[in-house]
Amino acid sequence: MLRHSVAAAALISTALFMGPAFAQSGKVTVVTSFSKDVTDPFKQAFEKAHPGVTLDVQNRNTNAGVKFVEETKANNQVDVFWASAPDAFEVLKGKGLLQKHKPKAEGIPEKIGSYPINDPENYYSGFAASGYGIMWNDRYAKANNLPEPKDWQDLAKPVYHDHVAMAAPSRSGTTHLTIETILQGEGWEQGWRTLKEVSGNFRQITERSFGVPEAVNSGQVGFGIVIDFFAFSSQASGFPVKFVYPTVTTIVPANVAVIANAPNKAGAEAFVDYLVSPAGQEVLLEPSIRRLPVNPAVYAKAPADYPNPFKDTSLGAKVKFDVNVSEKRTNAVDVLYDQTITFQLDALKAATKAIHDAETALAKKDNAEGKALVKEARDLVAAMPISEQQASSPEIAGAFTGGKEKGARQAELEQQWAAFAKERYQQAQAKAEQALKLAR
Amino acid sequence: MAGATTAGRAHAPSASSKYFRKLSATPGQIALALGIAVFLAFFLIVPVGTVIYVAFTEKGTGEFTLVNFLDFAQTDLFIRSFWNSFYVSAMSVVVASVLALPLAYITTRFEFRGAMLIQTLGFLPLIMPPFVGAVAMLLLFGRNGTVNLLLNDWFGIKIPFMEGLNGVIFVQAVHYFPFILINLSAALRNIDRAMEEAAQNLGSSGFRLFRRIVFPLAMPGYIAGASLVFVKVFDDLATPLLLNVKDMLAPQAYLRVTSIGIADPMGYVISVVLICMSILAMWISARAMRGKDYATVQRGGGGLAKRQMRPWESVLAYGAVLLILLLVLAPHIGLLLLSFATIWSFSPLPDSFTVAHYGRVFGESFVYVKNTLIYASIAGLIDVVLGTAIAYLVLRTKLIGREWLDWAATAALAIPGVVLGIGYLRTFYGVQLPDGTPLATLWIMIVLALAIRRLPYALRACYAALQQISVSLEEAAENLGATKVRTVRRVVLPLMAGGILAGFVTSFATAAVELSATLMLVQSNADAPLAYGLYVFMQSAAGRGPGAALGVIAVLLVALCTFASHLIIEKSQKAKAAGR
Repeated sequence: MLRHSVAAAALISTALFMGPAFAQSGKVTVVTSFSKDVTDPFKQAFEKAHPGVTLDVQNRNTNAGVKFVEETKANNQVDVFWASAPDAFEVLKGKGLLQKHKPKAEGIPEKIGSYPINDPENYYSGFAASGYGIMWNDRYAKANNLPEPKDWQDLAKPVYHDHVAMAAPSRSGTTHLTIETILQGEGWEQGWRTLKEVSGNFRQITERSFGVPEAVNSGQVGFGIVIDFFAFSSQASGFPVKFVYPTVTTIVPANVAVIANAPNKAGAEAFVDYLVSPAGQEVLLEPSIRRLPVNPAVYAKAPADYPNPFKDTSLGAKVKFDVNVSEKRTNAVDVLYDQTITFQLDALKAATKAIHDAETALAKKDNAEGKALVKEARDLVAAMPISEQQASSPEIAGAFTGGKEKGARQAELEQQWAAFAKERYQQAQAKAEQALKLAR
Repeated sequence: MAGATTAGRAHAPSASSKYFRKLSATPGQIALALGIAVFLAFFLIVPVGTVIYVAFTEKGTGEFTLVNFLDFAQTDLFIRSFWNSFYVSAMSVVVASVLALPLAYITTRFEFRGAMLIQTLGFLPLIMPPFVGAVAMLLLFGRNGTVNLLLNDWFGIKIPFMEGLNGVIFVQAVHYFPFILINLSAALRNIDRAMEEAAQNLGSSGFRLFRRIVFPLAMPGYIAGASLVFVKVFDDLATPLLLNVKDMLAPQAYLRVTSIGIADPMGYVISVVLICMSILAMWISARAMRGKDYATVQRGGGGLAKRQMRPWESVLAYGAVLLILLLVLAPHIGLLLLSFATIWSFSPLPDSFTVAHYGRVFGESFVYVKNTLIYASIAGLIDVVLGTAIAYLVLRTKLIGREWLDWAATAALAIPGVVLGIGYLRTFYGVQLPDGTPLATLWIMIVLALAIRRLPYALRACYAALQQISVSLEEAAENLGATKVRTVRRVVLPLMAGGILAGFVTSFATAAVELSATLMLVQSNADAPLAYGLYVFMQSAAGRGPGAALGVIAVLLVALCTFASHLIIEKSQKAKAAGR
């Protein structure tokens, strides 16, 4: 053992003196959450357009990527951060880890749908757009005689009970935006009601975004709430899946940013510029990538059935998305969803099932008292522990950021919210069961 | 042990040896213990400490507090998670024992064709490549997996193999039973034949012989395996998350530590609880063994007498072995199918087959294979060296605080890989080489992280092996004039060989598919191991086939190495038997 540490020390000290000369010219280090299918075509195209430059791609999931950049900032070796979730870029920007850069590209509009493509302060830029929708496994749907859904509300119907999956908003920046879209589109109270009605039909709430398309592709779950390119690239790989954009959807940009103190700043900026140039935008059309370009002109080269958010105004235009509102309550919304839905899924599902059963029975044999009970049950399920104003209040936001000011601790709030939800789900189930008895 | 040899030789003057005997340790042993302590401090305690100290700080002020632990106790979710984890771990030990006992017993005790092959195959479940293993498992046993689709067609029923806590128990038992198998087999091989013969002479036979003599003598191996299964299941986050069971402790810690933008001490509080529980479990298992002597003086030539089976016994034995192997290897069969499948979706078998996925990974997998072999074997070596040294210090010396080495090493089991990864970045990224490269970017850091993560496996195996060796053998050697160092080299180490090899294989094989710490530390594709390559593929629909192909390559690679080491054990034991 001693000999070993001596050996290790020797090894380290040799490395100290003989360390390879670190060639910075021509190497651009990119930390990304994108899979090989996305990064490989870009790597090839970029290296071809800039001979002598190599793109060193480090794949990490978004969370690990953010943590990595944060932990290594004292001696940063990363040039570019490249990922989907805008909130990850917000976190990096908030910690001063990004470098301003305005790409030299023409013909890119301000907004896609109602969402701004670039960070107003130019810390990060959108290079591709994606919208949320519903993806389903056709074989699964046929085997279980399930109709094709068209909108979020469809998924709340009793037929879909136990057939739907989604990633937790706290784990997937894009799911978070979908939740926020519904909350802003329908209002706080009604929005949560819809969310809980849909969530009551969930089979799974996964902890990583790709878990949902994976489960739908392999047929473990029938329907998934996913970002569009997961469905498109699954179709391109031959999986028997279909996809639809609901009427209320946001189109959000996937982003790229130059890291502060980048060792190869020029190379980093060249890569960002390339991504939003017409040549870079065209790479997005490849079947294994299939994301929506942010340059409207590029759609001319896309296949006929390619969705075009700049033409098809139903995509994302219906929602007015207010980034400021979203930012203030990001953590509160995520934690509310986790505590009242993700970690209480069994209780929520039991209540939802009981309500469905009671309603089916009441449809056959009407009973006024029963109907009133079901309404009470639905209201109990929909109830939220805090109001919209409280959610964006500094007291509650402060509990999640580990801020300097003293206040409620996150664990205390979580326990209160979870207990609140659990109690009401149990009451709701009891009321719905009572209603079912009345309808017999 | 290399350290013991050097240090011991340098400081073993016979004049002062009496003085040091009063301290119950030679200077060499003290130096060895200090060396290990320094290593663990540098690469385990300090990096982890820089991350989890948050658990003890007050929000806002950063002052020391225990209020976070009070929050833990007052949160229903955490208490529920705690008991769920406890229940799942205990039940996994039971189910894993049911799977491992027959395999270990039949293959070590009878003349059984293919015993070595079975030992190797029985070991494979431990090597479950991340992500693809899970997909393969779901495609076979999931709600719409092969088995349930067929059952539904034929009988109109579905069996919830993979639902809820019972699903976690099923998958964990299949995944980790090799810990019991490998340690128990090593222990059974080490039992002195004379013990068994004596019992037989006194009229004991059959099940009674097994229950009263054989199994108790193999107890150190069984306890080593069972305690590993318990602690590993308690601390494992991958399987529960794959089955979407979130109300267990390890997944709760992981979800909290890795959520961006939220600064919450609870993830680290749970890590502390996990560490304490792991140490407690190991302490209890050590307690259970205290005051009992499992050592046998004479080392049987090849362990227990192997005997012929009667025909009906043969049928029964082969039947049982095949059934168990089929069950535990199902995930790997699924993986193999997946790697050749074009599309496999909501159907009992893939739509059609292709070799294209292997073609896609062939070119780039070479660098991954090379890195994996280098990293995993260095990590495995570090682990057996440390494991043997710690086992020796704990069992053979009376150094004060020696158990702490054991517990500190064991605590590594409970530390989520991502916490260790962040700790390494935090501790070593600031340390720069002359040209400005951070220390943490060297690939040796990945190796050290792997070694620390897998040390508990090797340690338990070495510990059990040493427990079975009688001190009187060493005393005899020393009475005949051998020095401590020489005794260790010529007597202890050769007798421990089987256990050490078992430890190496376990550490090596599991290090070869480790991902969570690696993902934090890999700095470039050229330094990446197989598990990372696999991860990169498994993030897209088109990457599923190539990912599975890489997974198969990883499993084959580790299986070959395991098979080779079993060959070595078998050979050396035959040689010993012949020399008798």
